[in-house]
Amino acid sequence: MEPNISGRSLSAVRLSGVSRAYRDRRGSAVQALINVSLEVPEGSVLAVVGPSGCGKTTLLELICDLQRPDGGLIETQPAVLMPQRDLLLPWLSALDNSGLALRIAGHTRAHTRARARELFAELGLAGFERSRPHELSGGMRQRVAFLRTLLSGKQVLCLDEPFGALDAITRAQMQTWLVQALRHEPRTVMLVTHDVEEAITLADRIAILSPRPGRVIEEIDVELPHPRVRTDAAVIALREQALGTLGQEHAA
Amino acid sequence: MPHESSLASAQENGPVHMRRSAATILAPVLLGLSILGIWELYVDLHGVDPLVLPAPHAMAVQAWNNSGLLWSNFTITAEEVVLGLALALACGFAMAVAIHVWAPIRRAVYPHAVGSQAVPIAVVGVLLCYWWGFGIFPKLFVIALICFFPVVVTTVDGLAAVDPDQLKLLRTLDASRWQAFRFAELPAALPAALSGARIALAVGVIGAYIAETSTPSTGPHAGLGHEITADLTALQTSRAYAATALLFLFAIACFYALSLAERKLAPPTNKP
Ligand SMILES: Nc1ncnc2c1ncn2[C@@H]1O[C@H](COP(=O)(O)OP(=O)(O)OP(=O)(O)O)[C@@H](O)[C@H]1O
Ligand SMILES: [Mg+2]
Repeated sequence: MEPNISGRSLSAVRLSGVSRAYRDRRGSAVQALINVSLEVPEGSVLAVVGPSGCGKTTLLELICDLQRPDGGLIETQPAVLMPQRDLLLPWLSALDNSGLALRIAGHTRAHTRARARELFAELGLAGFERSRPHELSGGMRQRVAFLRTLLSGKQVLCLDEPFGALDAITRAQMQTWLVQALRHEPRTVMLVTHDVEEAITLADRIAILSPRPGRVIEEIDVELPHPRVRTDAAVIALREQALGTLGQEHAA
Repeated sequence: MPHESSLASAQENGPVHMRRSAATILAPVLLGLSILGIWELYVDLHGVDPLVLPAPHAMAVQAWNNSGLLWSNFTITAEEVVLGLALALACGFAMAVAIHVWAPIRRAVYPHAVGSQAVPIAVVGVLLCYWWGFGIFPKLFVIALICFFPVVVTTVDGLAAVDPDQLKLLRTLDASRWQAFRFAELPAALPAALSGARIALAVGVIGAYIAETSTPSTGPHAGLGHEITADLTALQTSRAYAATALLFLFAIACFYALSLAERKLAPPTNKP
């Protein structure tokens, strides 16, 4: 994508009319996404919410160039995926898993470990550097996977339900941490979540997808200052609006 | 990379661990002794001709009296087995990787690798000797030919069994083909490759016997396989049995040596 000359925010991700169908084993087509158009301004957070199976994971994989669309156009800055399953490599320690992108980029093991170690404490993972993934709790695994995504250094982070396996308290901590980390080191984020409240807490804008075949049925701007409080009237109003849209679509 | 955690747990479980390893040694020894006892009784009570089946004590006497000869033949065979297996593992692994990475190789080579397992070694014995003389190399070739196949099959399957989502992950982190191999496929295939190596080891010793008896050798010390054939022809049955007992023990030793190496290479935590 062209560099931003004027200093005004450009799109980091732009989808126009994107469709994607899978072919199942019997050869019939499963339309996952149909005519999806989205724009994510550089440095902003877009939350994608929608019912299970509506094509959210497919959307992220398309943006990360792990799948090709059947139709439509995708323009994006370099994007990295944090998959729904954490996919930590069982033969690497937690620390080495989190630094995998740096190793791949050709950094030495020592340099990689030093960089990853700094962030381990921040994410409440200190003391588990040498643990293997199977020795970590589900929430810890997600945090390691998140770190791995962040350390890839790519501009666009595609997070597929990153905090899904966390308890409410840790989840809130991670959300706070993410907001801070992004202020510190701005990135563009596509955040897939089931949790409307989480979307409102973190995102600048929320895209609501219809049940399969997924398409964008509503976009909500969240123009509230951080930190956002769940009990805030404006937050509650937005939540009702979003849930209303999701509910209607289910009822229809 | 050393594993402090596994070391620590080994210390914690010290007594249990030791009891278990004592049992690992004791159980097979007891079983072996009982079999020898029954064998001894069978031969003595039934008066079996020692040319048909020598009694264990006769074997022991033979082993004692011929220890020099047996030992020098044993060292020759042991060298063949170790080097031949090393060759088999290296070639088998390399072939598996080539087959995995490049589909045309798989199509071209795999059927021939299968077919090669049906070749009676004696048929090519003379040819090998014509190429490489009476030395050790024809024997290494035969052992490698007999042992490489299980390594190929298990490693190819192990490489193919990698989680495709892991490869996807590596792609999103911009890994090259080689890095995907190094970080995902190779470690995922390691346990399977080691199983292949274990099968290869188990047939490596009989492979050496076949190698020695199907390729010409010179000199009196040409390995245990040679000696066994010569003894059987000379009606020295009990010495042939003593030599066989050595092969038996050597196969076990090889197998456990690999298990030890395996624990170093792929500690239990290394498995998914
Ligand atoms: N590899 C595939 N082959 C065939 N169909 C697929 C494949 N992957 C996804 N699908 C189908 O496409 C649809 C969208 O899948 P996707 O994984 O994108 O949904 P999702 O919104 O991420 O769901 P969830 O919230 O449950 O994770 C689903 O109905 C699924 O059945
Ligand atoms: Mg999904």
